[in-house]
Amino acid sequence: MKAALLRAPSPLPGFGLSFGIALAMLSIVVLLPIGALLGRGLMIGPAELWGMVNTRRVWSALALSFRAALIASLFNLVFGLVLAWVLVRYRFWGRRLIDAAVDLPFALPTAVAGIALTALYAPNGPFGQALAPVGLRIAYTETGIWLALVFIGLPFVVRTVQPVIEELDRDIEEASATLGARRSHTLRRVILPTLTPALLTGFALALARSVGEYGSVIFIAGNIPGLTEIAPLLIVIRLEEYNYDAAAAIGIAMLLISFAMLLAINAIQIWSRRRIGLV
Amino acid sequence: MSDIVLSRPVPVTTEPPLARALLVGLAILFVAIFLFAPLATVFAEALAQGWRGMIAALSLPDAQAAIRMTLSIAVIAVPLNAVFGIAAAWAIAKFDFRGKAFLITLIDLPFSVSPVVAGLMLVLLFGANSSLGVWLMAHDIRIVFAFPGILLATLFVTFPFVARELIPVMIEQGRTEEEAALTLGASGWRTFFTVTLPNIRWALLYGVLLCNARAMGEFGAVAVVSGKIRGETATMPTMVEMFFNEYLSVAAFTLASVLAMLALLTLLLKSLLEWRHADLLAATCRH
Repeated sequence: MKAALLRAPSPLPGFGLSFGIALAMLSIVVLLPIGALLGRGLMIGPAELWGMVNTRRVWSALALSFRAALIASLFNLVFGLVLAWVLVRYRFWGRRLIDAAVDLPFALPTAVAGIALTALYAPNGPFGQALAPVGLRIAYTETGIWLALVFIGLPFVVRTVQPVIEELDRDIEEASATLGARRSHTLRRVILPTLTPALLTGFALALARSVGEYGSVIFIAGNIPGLTEIAPLLIVIRLEEYNYDAAAAIGIAMLLISFAMLLAINAIQIWSRRRIGLV
Repeated sequence: MSDIVLSRPVPVTTEPPLARALLVGLAILFVAIFLFAPLATVFAEALAQGWRGMIAALSLPDAQAAIRMTLSIAVIAVPLNAVFGIAAAWAIAKFDFRGKAFLITLIDLPFSVSPVVAGLMLVLLFGANSSLGVWLMAHDIRIVFAFPGILLATLFVTFPFVARELIPVMIEQGRTEEEAALTLGASGWRTFFTVTLPNIRWALLYGVLLCNARAMGEFGAVAVVSGKIRGETATMPTMVEMFFNEYLSVAAFTLASVLAMLALLTLLLKSLLEWRHADLLAATCRH
């Protein structure tokens, strides 16, 4: 009934029931587990937590997860923009197929992507063999991790930027051309600024997803401690050693990174709404 | 649209033909290398020993147990998620209350939490090392390393899927139709089933489709919570990992190809929905 006092009156029924179901499930499925992790952190104490995170192995794992996610998301920022632009603006054979395929990383289980990429880029795999003469080793190196994260993050940039390109007003481009701007100038000075908020949002979403990614990475990474061991894998290792406190410490560090990125995404969206009224 | 633009005498709002060809080529090459090649590899590796190899792999008891496990999880998790999504969307879209934005943020939260961290949370909450876990053990209730844990992990990672799809659609549709139905004397439930549900059915199906794909494919969270016990708690993705690590390549890729077929089916249905009912989907909020 307390909820009723905090909401505007409405003739529709079912607020109590729907709000109750939503809140109950949210609490059991999401809030209680997050509370358990944070509660565990409180029990361990900040000094102890810091001690467990502040080791070379944990730092290099966290740094690797973040660095690889950043590199892959930057790569996706560029190619995602190209892909979104091509899909909206150009008509070519196979466009619809490619448009549908962009969502493959959402639909394909990460473990499947992981073993497929490993089979492709392993020294005896088709791509691995082709790249060996050039001296490029991808599987079991950090490059392999980038590759897996490019796969995972690709749809985020494309699907955030695509609707904004669809909404672009061609009159502005025509005006720019009429005023004597070359096409490259129009693209850089007129179109790109309009797309910036969507690009940033897509980039941040891809980054948030990539930092915590596990399934597609562990097969191709090689998982050498200090070199190609990502932070989520280190949590799994600590759990397998029954070292729950150390696992919780890394988990809290990663959760804080997630919260920070969620805040960043919200900030980008508020900023872009103020700026151009688009998501 | 752009066909018309391209046929204009002076196409000022497009790039030179050479640049267009280069960009299209780049896009196709990118998609071929990063998306199509891994997908083709799954099927090629599964067929490395022909159809017989695949059939033998699928008749392994561990593989069959994993398929059963994954199906059972999806059968329970997806409807629960749909109920949550509808309830959350009804409360959020049809009513104005304080803290709504915060509630939406909380619903979206699982998107940005690492699946492994999600699994870790459940282990810390229900595992033998927590006070709740000790109590559960004393009462012979198993959550971690058992079905309920896998279910909770799946619910966590799929949590926002249906709600995220429904909320924008229901906000856009407003509440006038429901108010009209109520004025005409329909009960709340009747209004929901005859007015609201038909309006949101395609968006609901879309959300359920994505939710199902993720529920069947979840790996990180389930790997942590399930303990990956063969024949008992192993799901299809975790069984793929175990086969792969044991160098049972054909078995791993056969199970993976079943999951890949499911992914392709999901994409096909999703694309059909987008082409047929784009106006009834939250297309601009696609995730």
